[in-house]
Amino acid sequence: MASVEHTDGTGLTGEDGVRRRDFINIAAVSFAGVGGVAVVLPLIDQMNPSADVLALASTEVDLSAIQPGQAIKTTFRSQPLFVRQLTPKEIAEADKVDPSTLRDPQTLEERTVDGKKQWLITMGVCTHLGCVPLGAGEGENRGEYGGYFCPCHGSSYDTAARIRKGPAPKNLEVPKFSFTSDTAILVG
Amino acid sequence: MSFPWAEQYTPKHPLMQWVDEKLPVPRLVYNAVGAGYPVPRNLNYFWNFGVLAGLALMIQIVTGIIMAMHYGANDLVAFSTVEHTMRDVNAGWLMRYAHANGASFFFIVVYLHIFRGLYFGSYKAPREMVWLLGLVIFLLMMATAFMGYVLPWGQMSYWGAKVITGLFGAIPVVGEPIQTWLLGGFAPGNASLNRFFSLHFLLPFVIAGVIILHIWALHIPGSSNPTGVEVKGPQDTVPFHPYYTAKDGFGAGIFLIAFSILLFFAPNFLGHPDNYIEANPLSTPAHIVPEWYFWPFYAILRAFTVDFFFIPAKLLGVLAMFASILLLFFLPWLDTSPVRSGRYRPTFRKFWWILLADVAVLGYCGGAPAAEPFVMISQVAAAYYFAHFLIILPLISRFEKPLPLPGSITEAVLAKYGKTDGETVAVPAE
Ligand code: HEM
Ligand code: FES
Repeated sequence: MASVEHTDGTGLTGEDGVRRRDFINIAAVSFAGVGGVAVVLPLIDQMNPSADVLALASTEVDLSAIQPGQAIKTTFRSQPLFVRQLTPKEIAEADKVDPSTLRDPQTLEERTVDGKKQWLITMGVCTHLGCVPLGAGEGENRGEYGGYFCPCHGSSYDTAARIRKGPAPKNLEVPKFSFTSDTAILVG
Repeated sequence: MSFPWAEQYTPKHPLMQWVDEKLPVPRLVYNAVGAGYPVPRNLNYFWNFGVLAGLALMIQIVTGIIMAMHYGANDLVAFSTVEHTMRDVNAGWLMRYAHANGASFFFIVVYLHIFRGLYFGSYKAPREMVWLLGLVIFLLMMATAFMGYVLPWGQMSYWGAKVITGLFGAIPVVGEPIQTWLLGGFAPGNASLNRFFSLHFLLPFVIAGVIILHIWALHIPGSSNPTGVEVKGPQDTVPFHPYYTAKDGFGAGIFLIAFSILLFFAPNFLGHPDNYIEANPLSTPAHIVPEWYFWPFYAILRAFTVDFFFIPAKLLGVLAMFASILLLFFLPWLDTSPVRSGRYRPTFRKFWWILLADVAVLGYCGGAPAAEPFVMISQVAAAYYFAHFLIILPLISRFEKPLPLPGSITEAVLAKYGKTDGETVAVPAE
């Protein structure tokens, strides 16, 4: 379009050397392009989570029934959530590890709330491809490191739910949560 | 689009002449799959699978549209509407079993079709575009089958969707937003199910469109043949109709017999029993596997278990899986041998068989649990797969000494039946 000869003797070339027809052509096509993009945006955005999905209420969890060494499986944003009370032995095991040797270096402190180190709250979603790891239920396989074990492709998590072995790249995610009382938390 | 000696469409009936003037569709059909399309006279049964793939697509479209009449794309009812189709809808069980097994047969014939192309060098000039469009169809089929498998909303549907969309989560920075965007939520849910249904309905028709381009591109040089020697004259070809309509018809009969055996006697043989349990986001099946036709690629995905420098294992697996298919787009330029057919390439032929075995091994490992020895075997087999295309094939093309090619298709045909070239000149195409 713009490559058409400028000096075609039609008298359409302005004083600045720009041909009127080229200017209109480029301006019109650019404007249509901007319009096209503006239309595509909502077409793409409609696939993002809708308001009702985003508005899913935060979840409250009652901790009173969970004994040391026990865990429960509940849901947060329609995904599994693991709530575990660690035993002193499990805490010691997690603290023994030098974080710098880990794939996703974090200490148990960083993954729990101050003074409530025994409460390990994580998503029950393997960071590999999203399966639900085993280990929250009574008698389930907890893997080599005593935390959680993902049966899908064999990722093992330790007692702080940190990735220790297998293909998963990250520790089990700790969602945002806060204690509303000594025996209850609000996740989200 | 055709050879100069192709038979001409000459409608005799005035009505047909009238139609031909206004909208020459009968002429198009005549020239594409009728007597007006001259085809090499020596095609063997491996040339049936293209038409069979088309037949499989038709079966999927007919049974699919019928099932869509009884299906509810909503996470609360999807599972039960599929069961309703199976138990209550008249002949619903037939439609669903035909659709589920039809998908398997579709992949069986397409894999045979692809390996035919690999053996006989069909991907080489002047048919590169045919090969590339074929790969586009293959990718679309995989997307279609994946989304279709989610629709019954069983355990494998749900966890398959989660694992496969999780692949996108492996991409750095933009991965998680993309995954959420694909699913319309943080985990597969109603939004995901609805869009998968919409796209699963659409894509087969897109496939039909790309098939038209595939055949259009094919008809420019015309079909290749088992010798790989190009057509030289009228004695090398026969008209598509009736010669290959008959041969394809016979093949279709065999296909339908095999399909019926599976459909009526073992309809769940290729399926997974866990998919008869309704989707449960809180419990992962002990062993998540995709449908058998994805196993080789699933094995490549899982073959990466350790990080490589700064690239996490998860991302490597995803890249390798996509690369294993994208690689095939470069095949016409990786194999530089001027000889097409494996018949005249003794070294190439051996490695073709090894590749076939390698893909079978990958397939087996992809269906097996993610434990040793399967992980190690997948690693070796995946490495070999890439080596075949990137190292072995270019080297063979360079150093192999091909066998002498026949002078023409007709010469090869007559030699097979013990006649000599001298007699051929006068022999018309049958
Ligand atoms: C490229 C062609 C197609 C392929 C490869 C394909 C593949 C599949 C697969 C693998 C399933 C899951 C089967 C199962 O229940 O285990 C499925 C389900 C389904 N497909 Fe298709 N399909 C194709 C075309 C179509 C078309 C054209 C429609 C029409 C809208 C359709 C509608 C459906 C419906 C409603 C279901 C859910 C019922 C069910 O799961 O059995 N499909 N498809
Ligand atoms: S999803 Fe957990 S190891 Fe792959």
